Amino acid sequence: MLDRVKKVPVHVIIAPILAVILALIVGSAFVLTVGENPLHAYKVLFQESFGSMRGFATTLQRATPLMFTGLAVAFAYRAGLFNIGAEGQVYIGAFAAAWVGFTFSNLPKLIHLPLAIVAGMLGGAIWAAVPGILKAKLGIHEVINSIMMNYIAYFLTDWLVLGPFAGSSWIPESPRVKASATLTRLMPPTRLTTAIYIALAAGLIVYLILWKTKLGYEIRAVGLNPTAAEYGGISVAKTMVIAMAISGALAGLAGMEQVLGLNNRFIQRFSPDLGFMGIAVALLGKNHPVGIVLAAILFGALQTGAAAMDRLTAVPRELITILQGVIIFFVAAEYLFSRFIKVKGEA
Amino acid sequence: MWDIIKLLLNTTVFAATLRMATPLMFTAIGGIYSERSGVVNIGLEGMMLIGAFAAVAVSYFTGSAWLGFLGAILAGALMGFIHGVASIKYRANQVVSGTAINIFAGGLTVYLQRLIFNMAGVSPAVPRINDVTIPLISKIPWIGPIIGKQNPLVYLALLTVVISHIVIFKTVWGLRLRSVGEHPRAADSVGINVYKTRYVAVTISGALAGAGGAYLSIAHLSRFVEGMTAGRGFIALAAVIFGKWNPLGALGASLFFGYADALQMRLQEIGIPTQLVQMLPYILTMIALAGFIGRAVAPKASGEPYVKEG
Amino acid sequence: MAIVLEMKGITKQFPGVLANDNISLDVREGEIHALVGENGSGKSTLMSILYGLYQADKGEIYVRGKKVDISEPRVAINLKIGMVFQHFMLVEPLTVAENIVLGSELKRGPFLDYDQAVKEVERLSASYGLKIDPHAKIEDLSVGLHQRVEILKALYRGAEILILDEPTAVLTPQEVDDLMEVMRSLRENGTSIIFITHKIREVLAISDRVTVLRRGKKIGTKDTADTNAQDLAEMMVGREVLLRVEKTPAQPKEEVLQVNDLVVKDSRGSIRVNGASLSVRRGEILGIAGVEGNGQTELVEAIAGLMRPQSGQIMLSGKDITNWSPLRIKKAGLGYVPEDRHKRGLVLDYSIADNLILGLHADEPFCGVMGFHSRKAIMDNASKLVEKYDVRPPYPQQRAGALSGGNQQKVVVAREFNQDPELLICSQPTRGVDIGAIEFIHQQVVAQRDRGAAVLLVSAELDEILSLSDRVAVMYNGRIVAVLDREEADEQKLGYLMLGGSLEDYKAGGGNSHVG
Repeated sequence: MLDRVKKVPVHVIIAPILAVILALIVGSAFVLTVGENPLHAYKVLFQESFGSMRGFATTLQRATPLMFTGLAVAFAYRAGLFNIGAEGQVYIGAFAAAWVGFTFSNLPKLIHLPLAIVAGMLGGAIWAAVPGILKAKLGIHEVINSIMMNYIAYFLTDWLVLGPFAGSSWIPESPRVKASATLTRLMPPTRLTTAIYIALAAGLIVYLILWKTKLGYEIRAVGLNPTAAEYGGISVAKTMVIAMAISGALAGLAGMEQVLGLNNRFIQRFSPDLGFMGIAVALLGKNHPVGIVLAAILFGALQTGAAAMDRLTAVPRELITILQGVIIFFVAAEYLFSRFIKVKGEA
Repeated sequence: MWDIIKLLLNTTVFAATLRMATPLMFTAIGGIYSERSGVVNIGLEGMMLIGAFAAVAVSYFTGSAWLGFLGAILAGALMGFIHGVASIKYRANQVVSGTAINIFAGGLTVYLQRLIFNMAGVSPAVPRINDVTIPLISKIPWIGPIIGKQNPLVYLALLTVVISHIVIFKTVWGLRLRSVGEHPRAADSVGINVYKTRYVAVTISGALAGAGGAYLSIAHLSRFVEGMTAGRGFIALAAVIFGKWNPLGALGASLFFGYADALQMRLQEIGIPTQLVQMLPYILTMIALAGFIGRAVAPKASGEPYVKEG
Repeated sequence: MAIVLEMKGITKQFPGVLANDNISLDVREGEIHALVGENGSGKSTLMSILYGLYQADKGEIYVRGKKVDISEPRVAINLKIGMVFQHFMLVEPLTVAENIVLGSELKRGPFLDYDQAVKEVERLSASYGLKIDPHAKIEDLSVGLHQRVEILKALYRGAEILILDEPTAVLTPQEVDDLMEVMRSLRENGTSIIFITHKIREVLAISDRVTVLRRGKKIGTKDTADTNAQDLAEMMVGREVLLRVEKTPAQPKEEVLQVNDLVVKDSRGSIRVNGASLSVRRGEILGIAGVEGNGQTELVEAIAGLMRPQSGQIMLSGKDITNWSPLRIKKAGLGYVPEDRHKRGLVLDYSIADNLILGLHADEPFCGVMGFHSRKAIMDNASKLVEKYDVRPPYPQQRAGALSGGNQQKVVVAREFNQDPELLICSQPTRGVDIGAIEFIHQQVVAQRDRGAAVLLVSAELDEILSLSDRVAVMYNGRIVAVLDREEADEQKLGYLMLGGSLEDYKAGGGNSHVG
């Protein structure tokens, strides 16, 4: 039946693939400068990240926080908001989770761990709600405020782990999280933890919220046509704040994963640009949970393979960062492909 | 109490303020050109970083710090131009394109650093631009120690501020620049080339950010350090807003942020955590945006790609 | 008088609309040539082509006898054609003088010769009687002065042919008078003016000749002296078949909507509804006739809760709904077909099915436990409505943006009508809708009345008002100036009232003379 067929526009799938291919080609130029064969370098890279269970587990571990931040950016984007502040939300969420994790003791894991997870979400949500409220109430663009909030988060957490909550080591970090608040490792010695389940569940929940609930209906309506949303009895301001808060909660989960899963403590400036990478993941994944999970795995694979490539070839691992930047660039400039495929917004 | 006042008015602190403010001045002025033309430039941080690296690399190979400075300007300009191509021609989301440049710059500089110097983290020392002493002024009490002996780039940054103020507010091109950022359709309707104006502005923006980066690597220090801009590109962005998109305002904001920077080490000595002082520029910018200290209003078309009709 | 401008056979196609269909126009030296027509008749497109903003698909343009190719505004400016846009092309933070010289600056080296610019503005301002402070910033000036700056901008560029695109739409009556003075003085200086408007009164007051467009076609050009208000109204609105709608006489019952002394300001702070009062009863259709821009939009948006009234009271089924939220008003029994379906009525990127629950999306049966939507209920609802309201193609999953204008409107109509509202507001319900859909929508409106709804109809098409309404209210300048029974209303009388005449004058025989 025709009306049952939901067609995915071709460019939704092709544009990201083209962007990745183009980025790999640009990357080849860099590989050539060190006198290596690009195909060899890429082969080494992907063999490491997908060639063994252990490698793949690491890939998934690296992908986990990116799934969270990718979902975070996408969720806000669906409401027409650009959450460039996921990075700051990651830090605040991480610290909140860590604080619950190292402060309370003698709690059963069944209570302590969920409590720490929720704290992470809450921290991120509050941090994101601020630019959301400023946008909804005063109409100030969320981008600048989110950037400012990122830096406030950096310095705030710097201060917290250097001052009031300094751990015992000489490294600026918090005390260790109690065992009762840590995520279980799935495949030691890899650091893949149950956080991957939380991430996949978050993807599913985001999908359900956005496309199966009243709230998602309202959020997308506000993102697509705020005046029609208003006409439909939707409070645009309220919806924006809720969307930002949920987005922040998702980013907070990325911080939670770093603290309760990966490092078991809050380390000063731990994030390898997770929030900014989330923008790349969301964009490459076309702001859809399925795309985001796949894009996060790609980025996780690049990061996992980087070390091996660095070790086994003459290509420095930073090629990966270059690639990530170039991918975002091409996805952003998708109008570039409009000659080959029909892109929305084409005049 | 007297100690604190003495500290706040200390000439060494003021001299340091100028030094700390210099990279911000260059970069913020760059940001003003871009934003005034209607292109948001989140990529200032990355452009600075690439400038910082290019300065060191060129200085290393040529032995001339000034050629290094020129190299930084060219490298920054190239990044600015790329940002322009994405956001003007291909109508990319300007914030995303800027983010891409920041990430790209972080990777590229370290990649090249390992390639060229075969070292991670820090480059070898290269020729730097040396401080100069201005004969008479340096002898004036109180003022002398502050502006009498500084790096040439400090003076150059101040000059850039003044020249930019004149360019933006007194020249024909400046008038057109402002009109393009406020109301591109109006500019188009009187025959101004919106695209070309934006390209030029974004390229200048990158060039100045490159200069700001060069100050860090071959004037303040004499080497490249991984990630050495440490968010100064974003502080410069804050200075653009705090200075209300005016060069003189940005100068004031840069000096203020530089002062906070210069002061923080001293404040720590008397028990005030540096991090809280470091937060200040960002908090103040948010307050400025919210309209509590005179509303900061961005150029109206800032962030919007311009699409010709018809 | 010499002909300075000739446009021949201009045709311009936009996706889905033939905006200009073989239009020809000539303008003489030193005349005020009015170009009139309803919204969407193609006036603005034609003038945008003349000014080089659009390229015609077909047709030729001659300026002072020479064939020209106006590829961009700069070419038009060089041909001494100037245009004052409806949406002003002014840069707000810049000064008057800066705006006037922008793009054709007086230079001293690379620098702007601002003093010279100021002198030039003062000179122009003196010679045309357009008083203005060259140093003032645009953002500090009134709309009337903005327009003055726009005119000066054109004159500074040496315009001999000046296009004014609906210049009076944004002005107060006092400012309109001032503008007319300026236009006269320009004419005396030999400037030719193309004056776009849809206000007949202004055409008669100032123009030498008038050309009427309707739905992209030219209807005719006349000497203003040889025409009158009725004549022009007919040309504009057309006497195509008076659409026949099958309906029985109304059987009105109690009042459902009462509006008392409503005052509404727009976002710029100017008063759009100025003490309007009206009432609509169950089982009747009240049509609001009026030239667009007389406050109809704001009146309706205020009733729907989408604009906040300054003062006054709105009662719906006996409840005071003034300042209620749009959602609460909807729940209290309002169905609303907005005039702009793209801005208000639809989320174009949503499917037909999802658009059919906009505003009902939080209610049973579409929304169930924990806020989850029932796909089944939504699809059932859509299948039912798509069939009942004949939406084509009948696929509920189809993106609303992919539908034709008529079918998009049917989606809005289906959603709003199907809720069996107490009060149904239909604002321009058939704008941009094909004939077949018009008839269908009209039948549905009558059916709603017969079901027992109170219907408030706003339309710029007199035909539509006359064929549907049981009573007709006339809105002028933010007020309801008359309410007539259908039998008392005819086109002439309504036309007279719509242009600001009073019922008493009309009865005294004023209907046979010119208005204004």
